[in-house]
Amino acid sequence: MIHSDEIRRLIVAAIPNAEVTVRDTTGGGDHFEAVVVSDAFAGKALIEQHQMVYATLREAMAERIHALSLKTYTPDQWQRAARPLRVVS
Amino acid sequence: MADDVMKRIQSLIDRHKILIFMKGTPVMPMCGFSAATIDVFNDLGVPYDTVNVLEDPGIREGVKAFSNWPTIPQVYVAGKFIGGCDIVQEMHARGELEPLVKQAVAA
Repeated sequence: MIHSDEIRRLIVAAIPNAEVTVRDTTGGGDHFEAVVVSDAFAGKALIEQHQMVYATLREAMAERIHALSLKTYTPDQWQRAARPLRVVS
Repeated sequence: MADDVMKRIQSLIDRHKILIFMKGTPVMPMCGFSAATIDVFNDLGVPYDTVNVLEDPGIREGVKAFSNWPTIPQVYVAGKFIGGCDIVQEMHARGELEPLVKQAVAA
């Protein structure tokens, strides 16, 4: 098990200027949704953006996180996306 | 990671234009993310092949190392790793997936 705050902390610590929202989707501490907005993603393919986030969670992904649904955006993309989720930094 | 597992994965990817490593089968997916990925490809209406990683522990772990990607499903198009469920859904929503797969199928 892991707390969504810890996931958020791990991502924020490693990705510059990241705004991160993490939600525990079942309340069980193993299924999560994360939205990460950072200008560090600019110019990178989606696959690279996701790999950057996964890299910050390598240990947790191996053991404690069973499922993680991930969305990554640059700040520009996030503004245009008008998604229903709100990012709280 | 054993070299023969990597060779098997490479050979599978080389032999199939669209290959999805998933948990379960298209008819009976054993994980919501695998099911959602299959939904996308069924929606596109292109032929694809799948590998059930639950039947092969070596491939299940090997494919994660193969593409430096920690989760299943994994989608390969024309020999290239595209991503997992989230990326496939996002690319589909952006209209980027269809031209990519149609080009691969036509090649």
